[in-house]
This record gives sequence, C-alpha cells and structure tokens, in this order.
Amino acid sequence: MTAINVRVDGASYSDDVEPRTLLVHYLREQLGKVGTVVGCDTSNCGACTVHLDGEAVKSCTVFAVQADGCEVTTIEGIGTDGRLHPMQKAFHELHGLQCGYCTPGMIMASIDLLRDNPNPSEDEVREGIEGNLCRCTGYQNIVRAVQQAASEMNGSAAAPEALGAQS
Amino acid sequence: MTLVEEPATQAPEREIGKARRRKEDARLITGRTTWTDNLVLPGMLHLAIVRSPVAHAKITGIDVSAAQQAPGVLAVFTGRDFAEEQGSIPCAWPVTPDMVNPGHPSVAVEEVNHVGEAVAVIVARSKAAAQDAVELVDVDYDLLPPVLDMEEAVGHQPALCHDHVESNESFRFVFDAGEAGTGADTEQAFAEADVVVSRRFVQQRLIPAFMEPRATVVQPQGDNYTMWSSTQVPHILRLMLAMITGTPEHKLRVIAPDVGGGFGGKLQVTPEEVITLLVAKRMGKPVKWTETRSESLMSAHHGRDQIQYIDIASDREGNVKGLRCRILSDMGAYLRLVSPGIPILGAFMYVGIYKFPAYRFDCQGIFTNKTPTDAYRGAGRPEATFAVERIMDELALELGMDPLELRRKNWIKAEEFPFTTAAGLEYDSGDYDAATQQALQLIGFEELREEQRRRRESGDPVQLGIGFSTFTEMCGLAPSRVLGSLAYGAGGWEHASIRMLPTGKVEVVTGSTPHGQGHETAWSQLVADELGVPFEDVEVLHGDTSIASRGLDTYGSRSLVVGGAAVVNAAQKVVAKARTVAAHLLEANPDDLEFSGGSFSVRGTPGTGISIQELALATFAAHNFPEGVEPSLDADATFDPVNFSYPHGTHICATEVDTETGMVKIRKYACVDDVGKIVNPLIVEGQVHGGLAQGIGQALYEEAVYDADGNLTTGTFVDYLVPSAADLPHFDTGNTVHEAPGNPIGAKGVGEAGAIASTPAVVNSVLDAVRHLGVSDIRMPLTPERVWRAIHQGGDGADRATAVTTAQGVDAAATPLAGDETPGGAL
Ligand code: FES
Ligand code: FES
Repeated sequence: MTAINVRVDGASYSDDVEPRTLLVHYLREQLGKVGTVVGCDTSNCGACTVHLDGEAVKSCTVFAVQADGCEVTTIEGIGTDGRLHPMQKAFHELHGLQCGYCTPGMIMASIDLLRDNPNPSEDEVREGIEGNLCRCTGYQNIVRAVQQAASEMNGSAAAPEALGAQS
Repeated sequence: MTLVEEPATQAPEREIGKARRRKEDARLITGRTTWTDNLVLPGMLHLAIVRSPVAHAKITGIDVSAAQQAPGVLAVFTGRDFAEEQGSIPCAWPVTPDMVNPGHPSVAVEEVNHVGEAVAVIVARSKAAAQDAVELVDVDYDLLPPVLDMEEAVGHQPALCHDHVESNESFRFVFDAGEAGTGADTEQAFAEADVVVSRRFVQQRLIPAFMEPRATVVQPQGDNYTMWSSTQVPHILRLMLAMITGTPEHKLRVIAPDVGGGFGGKLQVTPEEVITLLVAKRMGKPVKWTETRSESLMSAHHGRDQIQYIDIASDREGNVKGLRCRILSDMGAYLRLVSPGIPILGAFMYVGIYKFPAYRFDCQGIFTNKTPTDAYRGAGRPEATFAVERIMDELALELGMDPLELRRKNWIKAEEFPFTTAAGLEYDSGDYDAATQQALQLIGFEELREEQRRRRESGDPVQLGIGFSTFTEMCGLAPSRVLGSLAYGAGGWEHASIRMLPTGKVEVVTGSTPHGQGHETAWSQLVADELGVPFEDVEVLHGDTSIASRGLDTYGSRSLVVGGAAVVNAAQKVVAKARTVAAHLLEANPDDLEFSGGSFSVRGTPGTGISIQELALATFAAHNFPEGVEPSLDADATFDPVNFSYPHGTHICATEVDTETGMVKIRKYACVDDVGKIVNPLIVEGQVHGGLAQGIGQALYEEAVYDADGNLTTGTFVDYLVPSAADLPHFDTGNTVHEAPGNPIGAKGVGEAGAIASTPAVVNSVLDAVRHLGVSDIRMPLTPERVWRAIHQGGDGADRATAVTTAQGVDAAATPLAGDETPGGAL
C-alpha cells in the first residue's frame, strides 16, 4: 500500500492504494466517482477519460500512485444539472448521446480538444476524438456538439460549417 | 429534415413532432448514472470466470485447490458443482419441430465447445482477488478437433461439434412460395427465365460491441432475489431464470438500470447471469460480476455469420421472375435465446421491396466451435437486404441496365399498397419512388455521375463509385399469432400503465426497456398530447419487473410501434374515465363534454370546465364521486399489433477508391427513410446515424476472425475495429412520411434502418468504382488489402486458400445450387 494525496473535483483525499490500482478504479471504487466508467482493457475506448492536472488522460492507463499530488477533474467536477458546462449543454442540445456510456469520456476529451484548438473544423474534431469510441451516435451529433461548444466558449456567434449543413 | 407529407392539421403546441431535448440526458451528461457496475452493496462478493482457452476439448480434470487458498478467495465452483441446478441456457425459438438443441450449460461440465466458455467460477472479496485467482485454476483438457468452417461442418464426413448429436446441423428451414401459396413455382420460374445470375455472399461474423461491458449483481433477501443486470430484456430474463433455475418467478425481481447500449447484444439470458444468481444463492450474500472487454468480445454473443447462395431470374427486359436463396447460418457452439430465429426472421425479407413472382428460401442452422451467434442490430434483415440489393446490381450489370432503373421497374408502386409479397408479408404503406427522388437530390447525384465519368476517362488512380440500397424491413415485432406460427416462445404484445397522481403529475409505466432510445422523452411526448398535460409533468418508469410488472422489452425497433401504442391506448382509457368523473362533477352528460387542452368542458361553454389534473385530485379525495366508479385515475393497456410495420428508404453512398492502395473513403452518404409518423425528429435522426455507423462498420471495418485452432484473433478493440469519428463521413438524412396504418401512432420503427440499408449501399458503391477494372465482388469487410487484391489479383480479395477450402467443403447433395456457383467469380 502506498499513501497518496490527490485533489479530485475540488476536494482533497488522502488514501492508501495498492501500487497496481489504476486511477479509474481508485476513482470509482474508493472515491465513489462512478461518473467515470470503464469500456475496455486496452486503452482504446476512452470511456474512462478524466483530466489530470488539466490534461485529458485515459484513467485506465494511469496508476493511482501517479496521480499523487495532482489535480484530477472528472465529469462530476465540471458541471451539475443546474450549472452545466457548455460542452455538456451542447451534447444535450444537439443530441450528442444515446445510451450515454461513452459520454463522460467523450465530454472530457472534447473539452481538452478545445483547449488545444479553440475553433476546430469538422475534420479536426473527428481526428481529435478518434481515441473515444461511441457505438450509438454515429458521431455526427457529437461533432456538432463540440463545434457548438467551441463557438459558445469563444463567445463567437458564427455557426460552424457542419451546423449550417444540418438544419 | 424534409417532410413530403406534412402531418395533418395539428395545433402548434402538439408535442408529437417536436425535437424535444431528452429528459434522460441530465443524468448521463453529468455522470450521475446508475450503471449496474456502479452498484455497491454491503458485504458484496465478486466473481471472476475461468474461461476455456481451447475451442473443443473434453475436460478430464479441474484442480481448484490453489485458487481456493488464494488471498481473498471464498469459494471456487465448477460446472459439476452446479450440475443439478444450472439448467440449460434457454433457446426460446425452435424454428422447426425437429430442431436439434445440444443443450448449453452455464458452466461447462464435461466438454468445452468454444474459446471463452466458462469452466469455473471464483468468488472473492474483491474483484482483483477474484481475477488473480483465475490463473490458479488448473484444467486438464483432452483436445478434440474444432469444427470451424460451416461448409465443412455439413460436408462429407465432418468432425462433430457435439458428439452426442448426430450431425452439425441444428435445423433446416424451408419456405417455398409455391408451396405456401404466396407465389409461383420457383423451379419453373428459373427454367423459363432468360437470365439467371448466381452469387455467393459472405455475411462475416460481427460483434455487437455495446460500450458498457455486461454486469450483473444479485442480492438475496431470504428466499427473494433481486438481480440488477445490464440487459435489454429484464422481463424475459426473469421468466427464463425462473424456468431454468427453479427460483420461483414471484421471488425474483429483475432490474435493468441505465444500460449502455445493446444492439441485440443484451437480448439474452446469459450464462453469467445464471452463474451470478446461483452463486448468490449458495453464498447468501450479494454478488457482482462485471466483464472485461476481452471477455465481452469473446463470450457475449456474436451476430451475422452467414453464407448466402443467391440466384435471381429475370427476362431480358429486366422484369424479375424469381429469387432463390440457400443460406448457411452459423449458430456457433450453442443455441442461445433466439439464435435459430435470426435467419428465419430474415427469410421474409429477401424479396426486399420487389415484386418477385416466385421465391424459395432454404436455410441450414449449423453448429461450429465458436461463440454462439444471436441477435445483432437488424437481426436477419440486414443479411437479407444485403443479398437482394447486391444481386439486383449484379443483374443490372448482366442486363446492361442502370441499377436504379432495374429497381424502379420491379419495386412496388405507391398505388399498389397494401401489397402481399411472395414471402407472404402484407406491406402496408410507402412510396419508394418519393424517397429515392429525395435521396438523389440530397446527394447531388448528377454531379457525382459526371465526376465519376471524368475520373474514369482520365484513368485517375482514385476512382469514384455510387451505390444504391433501396430497402424495407419488418418492425413492430410482432403480432403474437405470427410469432406463434413461427414457433417463437412468447407473444409480441407490449404493456403500459398510466397513473395520475393526486397533484396532477403523471407516471407512465412501460414494459419496453430502453438502452439509449430515449423512451422517457418520447413517451412523455405521447402522453402530454393524449392527456393535455405539460411534457414536464410526465415521468416514465421502466426496467424493473416489480414496477413494470408486464413487458416484452426492447429489440427489433418494437418500442414505439408496440410499446408506444400501448401507452397511447392506456392514456385514452384514462381520458375516458376522467370524462365520467368530469361529467359527474359538472353535472353534465359525458357525451356533451369536450376534451381539449387537458380540460373537460360542456360543449359550447369553454373556459368553465375542469382540467384532467384537477380531476386527479378529485378522484384521489373521492368525496364526490359517480356511483360504481373506482376512485383512481389510472389505466392499463396491452397492445398486440395486427401486422408488422414496414419502414423503408433509399440510401445512396458515394465512395472514393484509391486503386493504388485499396483505401476506401466515403465521400458522401445520403439517405431518406420513411419511418412513418415521427414523434421526435431529433431521436429519429440520431438512431439513423447510429445504425449507419454500424452498417458501414460491417462494410468496411468489422469482422470477428478465428484462427485455425478456433482462437478469436480479434479479441480486443485493438483488432476488432469499431469505427471511430475519423472513419465515418457526414451523413445527409431526410424523411418521407407515410403513416403506418397498423398502430395508433402511425409509427414504423427506426432503430435498424441505418444498419440494414447502409452495408449494401457501401459495397455496391465500391464495386461501382472498380468494376471497369475487372472486379465483380469483394468480400466484407472491404479492407484496403482486400480491395487492392481484388483490383490487382482478381477474385473477391479474400484469402485465396480459404476460398478454395470453403468451395470444396460444399456438400453437393445438400446444396442444390452447388454446380452453378463460382465463389467470387465473374459473371
Ligand atoms: S476504459 Fe480506458 S480507454 Fe477504455
Ligand atoms: S452514446 Fe452509447 S456509446 Fe456513445
């Protein structure tokens, strides 16, 4: 067992974890942060994506001990029903989810994508979320949601191209 | 979204037709969800399953002693420990009276029949401890030859998949339109035809690959058991578990909480659900099982996996005369819930939207030492649609006709509905021409043809192709009497109840159990319109057998068409009862009351009435109530459809094929679907997109591959290619609306449309791009390597050695068409 100190969604935790415990399991099982989910065992699906010191990581590829001293943000830390993050709001408005299983990871990855590229084209969004699999939506509405969130977060009213083609 | 027919006179405040944002989203986008794996109960134990690493073997011994002593492990069970009570995983669809079912133990007892089959179960205090101990179980296997190729499996002197059954054939199902009286004699039609085109198509094995891995938790409370499971079918699951494990049905409650995708893959009674229940009984403690993705890909059921020999007969002018299908359908090692029913459902769809005078379908269900197959998005109908839409293109080529012209010549005209096909189904409504016209416009057909011509003439290394798929399917599964005639074990009705609460809020209970389809939103829209109450005042409850007491769950696009219809009927009963109470309170004759905007008023005196929400409180208090009326404002209804519903559509795909690398890129994709009345356009569009992704996945990316020993070589998401956002194009979608006459909503069902129609559209498109280079077929998925091989080496691009073995394995006697077929050969 190793002692770690982590801030998760704004609260501080001191815990003992086994060295082999993955961050995703620590979050889910020890902290009850079940908004972050597991979809695969090969780091391919992105369902477990969280932010580690502000950057998107697949939490199934990070050991909990590696998060020692770090700031972790999960889907539960970015917005609540009454106060949604613009990305959450866009997923809702543009129907960027169906079963919703991929959604927390998809939202976390998309927020990170906009940090690097605040105004992505449709192709850039598609490449940017390539590491996150969704089996339900065919991605089109996810792409639109990311672009809408981008224009909202940039304060720009210009509708991205994909939106124009859709209505 | 373009509607050809505007819905009839509807007041603007109607909910039906509105693109309502989903109620479900609030919990899903904030991570406040109830996935089964989230559940933690006091004292909960964890399971891990020891799975067979070999495809076919006798189990000669299992040593569990090391595992039993591992830290945290409380018990280890083998198949023998459960032999008495585990029953057999049920198959509810004996498609022929003599169908052979070898039985399917939850945990193997004497023999394993596919890689991934459960052979032992570890029970431990933590999941990690359980998984660690898996390695410590020592199983002795006496290897047997695996049966892997369907054609060899029913060829001469095959090895047996199960030694206690006489052959690898489970059933042979024949539908002959001539004999059934629904069409002309097929042999005669072929004998008299000017042209016969024959093809062999391979529907590769696919994996549903729902994103939420399966999970099950069972909590014992005395002799009562509550099961949470990531299932599409809690009602069917409860019934079947009761029947096979002897747990009395009324002592068993099944809950499907939020479920992360299904696509048919969770339409099951799984070995793992049985195991979890049995272990919870033994241990008297809550028990959880959650699978890894690798376990899921290996042991949750697979889909498709058929070989199709298709013959089409026609005259020189392109009037089709007959269709003959000989299908080999891989059941895998065992029959699961509806495994044999999948190709049989398809049997009725091979004629597509065309007026074939004669039709014969002949299908063998075959055992192999592979993971069982069962329902996967479209279940039988994608396979059928693929075959007819591909062979129409081949016939067009043979006749020198335009593929769309050939289709137009043979499809059912709008004025010919209702039309009974040679397969015996009565198609009720539609306009194939209207959908096609709109799709041609959406994709910009003329410009694409022009570009194709330019590229071809200039010998561009990147060629352009345009492929069509015009399709229909049978949804709204199904009239109970039809299911009965097909020997399916249950009916096809659905149940709903509506309860008005004292405050005027409404609870809707539906037997249909969603996993991403948005029932909570769509059902609220239906009820808001029927009762005249605000959308926000409706709550939809589902997925718990103690709340939704009756139901037949969600699959086959039946939810809105059957389940939604039950909701509407229940709402109408509530209104009828409310009318009686309102008449009493208003001292009027019920027939003199008008009901509009949620209020009853005496005709001619609007504004003086009483709202249905006020009546809810009045019926709760019951102070002043009509004689003989029960004080409640609720109703139950069950809807049993009288016919299937028949969504249809035209899908057009334009692909760019790089002839030097074999890379296929979808340039444009347009589709126009007629799903009848649209309750929520947002949800309809989303369902089409999702289906397209899966259908395109089959055409270009996905295949479950086994090696020569029967190991699944595509056992992770590294090898099993679920398309990502970067792999898929933008979709242009549209709708025509011809309401279904068979249900009170007029809806036809949409969940499978994209998955059914897109696969042949993509493949036809790629072939259209490279036909002039001498390519006549390419085996799915159309990987760059296969496309390159087909262009540069001929054939269908599939591995040559496999193709040869497969062709030799055909039993000439069992395959009447054997002489005619040249697998993948030229016309
Ligand atoms: S669970 Fe982490 S990438 Fe799939
Ligand atoms: S919404 Fe179901 S997997 Fe993405």
